Amino acid sequence: MGTANAASNMTVTYKDDVSTLDPAIGYDWQNWSMIKSLFDSLLDYKPGTTELTPDLAESYTISDDGLIYTFNLRKGVKFHNGRTMTAADVKYSLDRVTNPKTQSPGAGFFASVKGFDDASSGSGSLSGVSVVDDYTVQIELSRPDATFLHVVAINFASVVPREAVEKWGEDFGKHPVGTGAFYLDEWTLGQRLVFKKNQNYYHAGIPKLDQITFEVGQEPIVALLRLQNGEVDIAGDGIPPAKFLEVKNDPKYAGAIVEGSQLHTGYIALNVKMKPFDNLKVRQAVNMAINKDRIVRIINGRAVSANQPLPPLMPGYDPDYKGLSYNPDAAKKLLAEAGFGDGFETELYVANTDPQPRIAQAIQQDLAAIGIKAGIKSLAQGNVIAAGGEVDQAPMIWSGGMAWIADFPDPSNFYGPILGCGGAVPGGWNWSWYCNESIEKRAIAADSMTDPADAEKRMAAWRSIFTDIQDEAPWVPIFNEQRFTMRSDRLDGPDGIFVDPVHIPVHYDQVFIKEGQ
Amino acid sequence: MTTYICRRVFEALLILIGITFVTYVLLYLVPADPVRQIAGRSATAETVENIRRQLGLHLPFYEQYWNYLSALVQGNFGRSYIQKTEVVELIRSRLPASLLLMVGAIAAELILGLTMGVISAVRRNSATDQVLMVVSFIGVSAPQFVVGILLLYVFAVLLGWFPIGGYGTFSHLVLPALTLGFLGAGWYSRMMRSSMLNVLEQDFIRTARAKGLSKARVILRHAVPNALLPIIAMIGIDIGIFMSGIVVVESVFGWPGIGQLAWQAIQRVDIPIIMGVTLVAACSIVLGNLVADIVALFVDPRIKLR
Repeated sequence: MGTANAASNMTVTYKDDVSTLDPAIGYDWQNWSMIKSLFDSLLDYKPGTTELTPDLAESYTISDDGLIYTFNLRKGVKFHNGRTMTAADVKYSLDRVTNPKTQSPGAGFFASVKGFDDASSGSGSLSGVSVVDDYTVQIELSRPDATFLHVVAINFASVVPREAVEKWGEDFGKHPVGTGAFYLDEWTLGQRLVFKKNQNYYHAGIPKLDQITFEVGQEPIVALLRLQNGEVDIAGDGIPPAKFLEVKNDPKYAGAIVEGSQLHTGYIALNVKMKPFDNLKVRQAVNMAINKDRIVRIINGRAVSANQPLPPLMPGYDPDYKGLSYNPDAAKKLLAEAGFGDGFETELYVANTDPQPRIAQAIQQDLAAIGIKAGIKSLAQGNVIAAGGEVDQAPMIWSGGMAWIADFPDPSNFYGPILGCGGAVPGGWNWSWYCNESIEKRAIAADSMTDPADAEKRMAAWRSIFTDIQDEAPWVPIFNEQRFTMRSDRLDGPDGIFVDPVHIPVHYDQVFIKEGQ
Repeated sequence: MTTYICRRVFEALLILIGITFVTYVLLYLVPADPVRQIAGRSATAETVENIRRQLGLHLPFYEQYWNYLSALVQGNFGRSYIQKTEVVELIRSRLPASLLLMVGAIAAELILGLTMGVISAVRRNSATDQVLMVVSFIGVSAPQFVVGILLLYVFAVLLGWFPIGGYGTFSHLVLPALTLGFLGAGWYSRMMRSSMLNVLEQDFIRTARAKGLSKARVILRHAVPNALLPIIAMIGIDIGIFMSGIVVVESVFGWPGIGQLAWQAIQRVDIPIIMGVTLVAACSIVLGNLVADIVALFVDPRIKLR
């Protein structure tokens, strides 16, 4: 590995303006990783992995009942404005993100913290967070939550300085002040953002670049041309689908494209509250009717086919699970057993942006082969989400373009909102409306195993939860999307940081410029 | 004259209020719920309701519209739902780029269109005339995103004469201005051609030729200025056409103007920005038409005030 050059700069392009850099608000894949470079949380992930590692907290202890987390903060960490970060800042930041006035889309992640209900209704504050001394924070939970360490690593838990937030008010997202590896030096609306190296950063040798320039407003196709021309280092929106095969098969760019997995599953949700999908055999028949490999080919092989809800990158994935494989004849037999020997008519909801309607057509053809006539309802994304949130609207939904990418690398995040009873409510994201009380109990039990020594046992519990769910077939898991990052010749660093599972598209803190470039 | 302008300004205000109403109704009827978009997928029903209240979106339609109008009168366009920035600031920071692009496009369409028109008229029915009229036909009918991407590919990527999109210098301006002006150039070449043909048949041209003036001098000094008069009045109307063009052209070339802002806002259902840009666009169209009418009044005394 080389070292960074004297004044190294990387240029990254995006189509859309950056919405906000306020860590309590930002929740799109574009600002997610930018915020990670400007701010820090108590914990972080080892670059290129899903493994937690201490960050602003040097160490932590968990009480035996799993309810009290004590974090010992790193000393001498400075905000970009020069002030030293202390435990009071951690408390302030968590109070702020759960305060309804902040309108944080991530407030719900802190639901297990004591006092959350008072805080979110505006009648009190997050009483579970207390400052023990300047460098010790204690967080008390109202129920054991094994995912809590992921929660304090998420962007919404970033530590922000009160004086800067109060100074800028609603414009804090345009004038972010954090403790991160970079600070925001310039933001010209609609044109560019410039991140400069934080010279006082507490991780030695990080960041490796002196500057990152984000140019916004560039169509992906234009960004690709500029990348091929050597004017840009990373096209943030990725390789446009229409050019994907051409670029991928061009030997000139063989070393430039890095492939990695992500915490994503594309699936068909079968509404178990609507006929005839209330019948297990019908759901199994649909599972066996879909030719997943063909769908993967439709998107130029940018995915791997799936047989269970969890993606392979997620801890708890079961590599030995067979699931229901493609077998139209067996599917027809199952349909006949269920009393639908002549098939039936239904509807498939799908987002109307390419390639989703093409995928829906493939599904439609596969279903037709076993006698199911599915009409395609191709709607704006928001309308499909709204239909899925109603119990009697959408019998089938193809999730492409909408769901589900995990917020953090823990199997629990693939259950609660999308397969658990909590998500099977009006406006929820559990579009199959699957709610199994016994599974729900097992999920709560698994998330109560907070002792790190029980981690293996907990993963085993989640593994069987997901395979048991899949045996009931509320979903047809179709594929897990792969990520492809194309980088310029100048950039260097381990492959993992270019397809980092948490920092998308690349881990900005870790990238460096090749020597002599 | 003053009464005429006052009346026109009053009418313009009524039109603008009408436009705010129609746009507001349309955006109100869009089935996508902006609150859910803001709240994100992990929000509880309580959070969603709380945000709805803070934005005043739980109120009945007429109250929402009234609140919007009252804020608007005080120059408050609201705050973007997604970008969390004052809409006024977003538009102010992007307006200069759009104006520059429009000025560039007006220059491009006049230079191209008028030159083509004059040459066609002078060489009427020749091969040159026919080639130019085919070019003008393409200009009028080709979609701007196609023209833009072609120009970008040929002149920026293959030949490397211009930068591949972006903003900042004169060379950044050339291709987007040409793309945006190409449509107008098509119109102007046709109008200029017929206007020139009309003028060339007039008696004073024959007189000028009879005086022994050179052909070039007759065309440039006598014919062109007279043929231009009806065309100048059209430029104001162009602003309206540009307003729809900049959405496409700015997106293709990564030009940081209000067209690009509108395009992004539409994709993200960012209602305050969509309203704001629509109003700015409406204002400039109304203003452009007003200017066009007034200019027409000056250049053509046959138009009567009523």
